[in-house]
Amino acid sequence: MLRLDLNADLVQRARASASKIADSFSWLFEDYSSVSIERTVLRLMGIDGALKDGEPLPNVVCDHLKSKQALNRGASWFVANAMHNTGLSAQEVAEKVGSGELDLTALPVKDNSRVLAILDKVSTDALAHITKQRKHRDAQFEEYGARRIPAIYVIVATGNIYEDVVQAKAAAREGADIIAVIRSTAQSLLDYVPYGATTVGFGGTYATQENFRIMRAGLDEVSQEIKRYISLTNYASGLCMPEIAAMGALERLDLMLNDAMYGILFRDINPKRTLLDQYFSRMINAYAGIEIQTGEDNYLTTSDAIEKAYTVTASQLINEQFAYKSGIKPQKMGLGHAHEIDPELENSFTFELAHALLTKELFPDAPVKYMPPTKFASGNVFKTHLMDAMFNFIGQLTGQGVQLLGMMTEAIHTPHLADRSLAIENAQYLFKAVKDLNANLCLAPGSFINERANSVLAEATSFLEAVAEEGLLKAMARGDFADIKRPENGGKGLEGVFLKDSSYINPFLIKFKTELELQ
Amino acid sequence: MKKNIIRPYGDTSNDGKMQFSFSLPVSADERGKEAARQLLLQMGVDEIDVCSVRDLKEGYTHFIAYGTTSAVVDISKIKVKTVDTDVMSMEETDEYIKENLGKIITVVGACIESDAHTVGIDAIMNMKGYNHRYGLERYQGFNAINLGAQVPCEELLKKAREEKADAILVSQVVTQKNIHIKNLTRLIELAEAEGLRDKMLFICGGPRLSHELAIELGYDAGFGTGSYATDVASYIAITLFEQSHK
Repeated sequence: MLRLDLNADLVQRARASASKIADSFSWLFEDYSSVSIERTVLRLMGIDGALKDGEPLPNVVCDHLKSKQALNRGASWFVANAMHNTGLSAQEVAEKVGSGELDLTALPVKDNSRVLAILDKVSTDALAHITKQRKHRDAQFEEYGARRIPAIYVIVATGNIYEDVVQAKAAAREGADIIAVIRSTAQSLLDYVPYGATTVGFGGTYATQENFRIMRAGLDEVSQEIKRYISLTNYASGLCMPEIAAMGALERLDLMLNDAMYGILFRDINPKRTLLDQYFSRMINAYAGIEIQTGEDNYLTTSDAIEKAYTVTASQLINEQFAYKSGIKPQKMGLGHAHEIDPELENSFTFELAHALLTKELFPDAPVKYMPPTKFASGNVFKTHLMDAMFNFIGQLTGQGVQLLGMMTEAIHTPHLADRSLAIENAQYLFKAVKDLNANLCLAPGSFINERANSVLAEATSFLEAVAEEGLLKAMARGDFADIKRPENGGKGLEGVFLKDSSYINPFLIKFKTELELQ
Repeated sequence: MKKNIIRPYGDTSNDGKMQFSFSLPVSADERGKEAARQLLLQMGVDEIDVCSVRDLKEGYTHFIAYGTTSAVVDISKIKVKTVDTDVMSMEETDEYIKENLGKIITVVGACIESDAHTVGIDAIMNMKGYNHRYGLERYQGFNAINLGAQVPCEELLKKAREEKADAILVSQVVTQKNIHIKNLTRLIELAEAEGLRDKMLFICGGPRLSHELAIELGYDAGFGTGSYATDVASYIAITLFEQSHK
């Protein structure tokens, strides 16, 4: 067995610092909410659809309350009060707000206990549906068998959801276990979720609830045929993190990208907005039994993968601690890392192996998400295909949870059908070829691999200790992460963060906290 | 054959051997294979050997084939547009700017419109640069302003006007459905409408861009894969100097 001898004191110190970092945000998590969280609550209450100009009803209701300076009480209370007053459903109430027939703040409070009872009923119904989806997933894995390790993860991204379904089915039949529908490149900065099925997107397909449903139905069909449950994933990131998490829970996505800091660093979304949104969105993921995946690979796509290897480890530890705060269990934490070392470097494979083992041993229960070479992928598709094989070799050898397959045409275009098929063939060949190799190997005493892993861990530990000392927000403002400066009050979406009133209510937050034992 | 007339080289001069890889919406059987062969025939390929037929499922099949072409190219008649200014190191460029221009060059850069991928613009502009070449921010002779991702064309032009920029740098990474062409064209059209086109250099870059394409789209220069800050900085400094002496 390949086993590292990690310095236990460093591991403990690194975790303690990461935990201190996550603990320091209780003021934000307890006292604040955001427009995206309120829209999520409205969606979970059953409000969907859009006005003629495309404005989604959750936005309409939320903006209506915001314009009346009433949002601090929580959107759900006003909708429930209107349901009590009018006898309408949440959806009908939202439609009347949309048509201008109803002012939610002008209605009398007849009986607050009845309003609370309505909220209890509506939230119980929504959670029952999500639980049903979770149980269905569990039953499918029970029936067809667990996901392989590493699981084969491929991407579809035509921009047209119907075309995506064809490609996803083809990939599933070839051996893919997880299908990711890449989002349209402009979506992360939209402060709303588009409505309905979409057939045009750039660099990907819009994440909409209807698109989720269409793809899930397609994959359910193929799962049944090939007797293997095919998982679906999308991105709970950007300005609508929790809303997309809710859509994923309702439509039975199985994994979701959900990184505590990605939006801040790589999309310039306000730090408070992102941290707050990830807190609630991850609770939804946890309740729905959805595996989260984090985006540490992004640290290495512009920075040097050896010099900055410790930033991956540090971010994994921070993501882990934030995930615990939202009730996510280690078995559902798909922490990320990536195979991005310059292939021209001597012993690049040895370095990669050290880093992959470090991640695996720091997080033994986590279905780690291992990302392929992209930075040094080139127009030479033959070379890239070979690099992908080396990446697949390490993935199987070190037992990474999810292998996000590299494509030989990575640097050229969104994968063609044949590119994806060749990538799956590549992975299957390597996975089979080295299946039990690890059990036959061990590291030499004083090995470079062991030393390297410990030195990355040591760098990560001192980095985390410094960040914990100074505070995460200050560290991000100073550019300590990814060399990008993100001031506490900069970035997009801060205006959507607000202080809650003492009368604030979010029935889902309360139930999640109870059921996920977060009290 | 004359020396300047060439054909693909497999293992003998002018044998015309080529390799093909493509998929068709047909089943993976003899009929599919024949469809692949006929397609190649229509392309003018001879001696076709469809050597691999891979079932992609859902009614699609991937073919790998070899064949020969009788097409020739006369290399003596080829003209390509390339950026042909000298490439200097960061120190040399700074020195060049000091000596010849006597001012700081202002460059405003962005990924425009829907493009959220800042890898390219960051590699050229940010302090740390890429692959041991520092970015423009590190140069003493440059005032580099990187506006980042998803910047509307209007905003980029507004900033360039405010800063009295000497050059605009645009990165386009996403190319699906030729979105990069649309975005780049829109920027140039707006610049022309606002009378900014001739006031500064317009430079674009990205993995699917070439100097030739850039010129065609109305830009001054284009930089593709393998370009570094040194290439872009040298080009800007030398071109600005040459323009000022016309």
